Amino acid sequence: MTLDEFLTTSTSTVMAESGPEDRIVMSSRVRLARNLEGHKFPTWAKEPERVESLKLIRPAIEGLTELKGAFSTGLEDLTMQQKTLLVERHLISREHAAKKDGSGVVFTKDESICVMINEEDHLRMQVLKPGLQVEEAWKEVDALDTKLSKKLEYAFCDERGYLTACPTNVGTAIRVSAMLHLPGLVLSDHITSTISSANKLGLAVRGLYGEGTEALGNVFQVSNQQTLGESEIEIVTRLSKALKQILEAEENARLKLLEDKPSMVYNQIGRAYGILSNAHIIPSKEAMNQLSLLRLGLDFNMFTGIDAGSINEMFLSAQPAHLQRQRQQPGKMNAEERDVHRATMLRERLKKVKRPHLPKLA
Amino acid sequence: MKCNVCNEAEATVHLTQIVDDKMKKVDLCEACSKEKGVGDPAGYSLADMLLGLGASQDLEEATGSSAACEACGYTHAEFKKTGRFGCPECYTAFAEGLEQLLKPMHKGLRHTGKRPAGRKKASGAKKIKSLEKELEKVIAEENFERAAELRDQIADLRKPKEEA
Repeated sequence: MTLDEFLTTSTSTVMAESGPEDRIVMSSRVRLARNLEGHKFPTWAKEPERVESLKLIRPAIEGLTELKGAFSTGLEDLTMQQKTLLVERHLISREHAAKKDGSGVVFTKDESICVMINEEDHLRMQVLKPGLQVEEAWKEVDALDTKLSKKLEYAFCDERGYLTACPTNVGTAIRVSAMLHLPGLVLSDHITSTISSANKLGLAVRGLYGEGTEALGNVFQVSNQQTLGESEIEIVTRLSKALKQILEAEENARLKLLEDKPSMVYNQIGRAYGILSNAHIIPSKEAMNQLSLLRLGLDFNMFTGIDAGSINEMFLSAQPAHLQRQRQQPGKMNAEERDVHRATMLRERLKKVKRPHLPKLA
Repeated sequence: MKCNVCNEAEATVHLTQIVDDKMKKVDLCEACSKEKGVGDPAGYSLADMLLGLGASQDLEEATGSSAACEACGYTHAEFKKTGRFGCPECYTAFAEGLEQLLKPMHKGLRHTGKRPAGRKKASGAKKIKSLEKELEKVIAEENFERAAELRDQIADLRKPKEEA
């Protein structure tokens, strides 16, 4: 089966489901890094050595009941455009997309479980859940990891725990993260202080596509940084608590904005609607920022004829590789063509959405 | 002002962030800032980079730059470049200096979480016995410096058991 036949939906089915607090928390994710005893880490290993470890790991993952019917491939068998598609869907990292022979990826149809093989570590397995469900995601990835540890001999030592290529991940080798939509904190200029408080708690705040990326569309990724000296459950609980506080801060910021600066808020949301439903050329960055405002308007009950799921879908469909995929005729689009195509797609989808009315507050 | 990463080009990107209640600054040249992905300071966690920079210096002071891992041939110079180890054995090969490296990155130095299925914890009792034997010997030799080290090691080995 080819990747295009496997990924039939325009967005992952797990993300199309609703989850707790998903007005603000778009998704929760827990990722574990694992390495094999007696094998060099992938970044130091030569290609034949990576091919060898891939041969050991891939069947072990494919044999798990949770990954029955999953898509499994070596990265040399994907085109650059297909890899970018996987990056946009958060299935693989940008670094992983650059890899070829000796690296692989396995993921389920609903995209809730994904394992990168020979990225920076031999295994990076993640479980994705809609809304705020970090504890649930941890339980699932924990069970998966326990099963795998019976098939593969992990590099582990009593004192330092699971050994990873980068010492910043050693110990539990866990990365718990959530994707947050925070337009209220951005519009009220409280985002910088929120980020610095999160930093003080030892949490990292990053942009949409992880390490070193911009916070496009007011979407932020919050994750733990420390992995050694605390148990997994302590890390998960601490992050979950911090997320609830950020969630509360965002809710308050939104209410305060409506109270103090209603015209500014309606203006921004109204303009976003105007641009998205009328533009003929729209760059990716602008599209994402305007879609974020549209989503905020929806949260304020200002729109009918559209739901959160379809805005999330537009968000993903506006990304370069997804636009390329929607195009019927062959040939790679250049940036200008993409901007035109993106605008057409957005106008089409917003046809049935009526002009915003003033918010009905509960 | 020179770039903190390559130490060659002139730094044009300057970042400041509060990490652990202390103000930290990083100065980067155009090329390194791109490579490190510093596009938007707000979305970028400076701590990652600070840890990377300071860490390798700590390791170098402790092990010397010529140290290498016997299992995979990884050298300290490589670590300085990438901030990554070469294989699981490197954690033993570069054990000296590892604690200084891990301390600013993590909450603690000892793993307290999950273990692979069926992997039993190595018995500390044997190790304690041999350390106690050595301790008796060095005390007799009046080598108190070594004795103090051994005493701490024994205490460390006993600790997690008593806590549990």
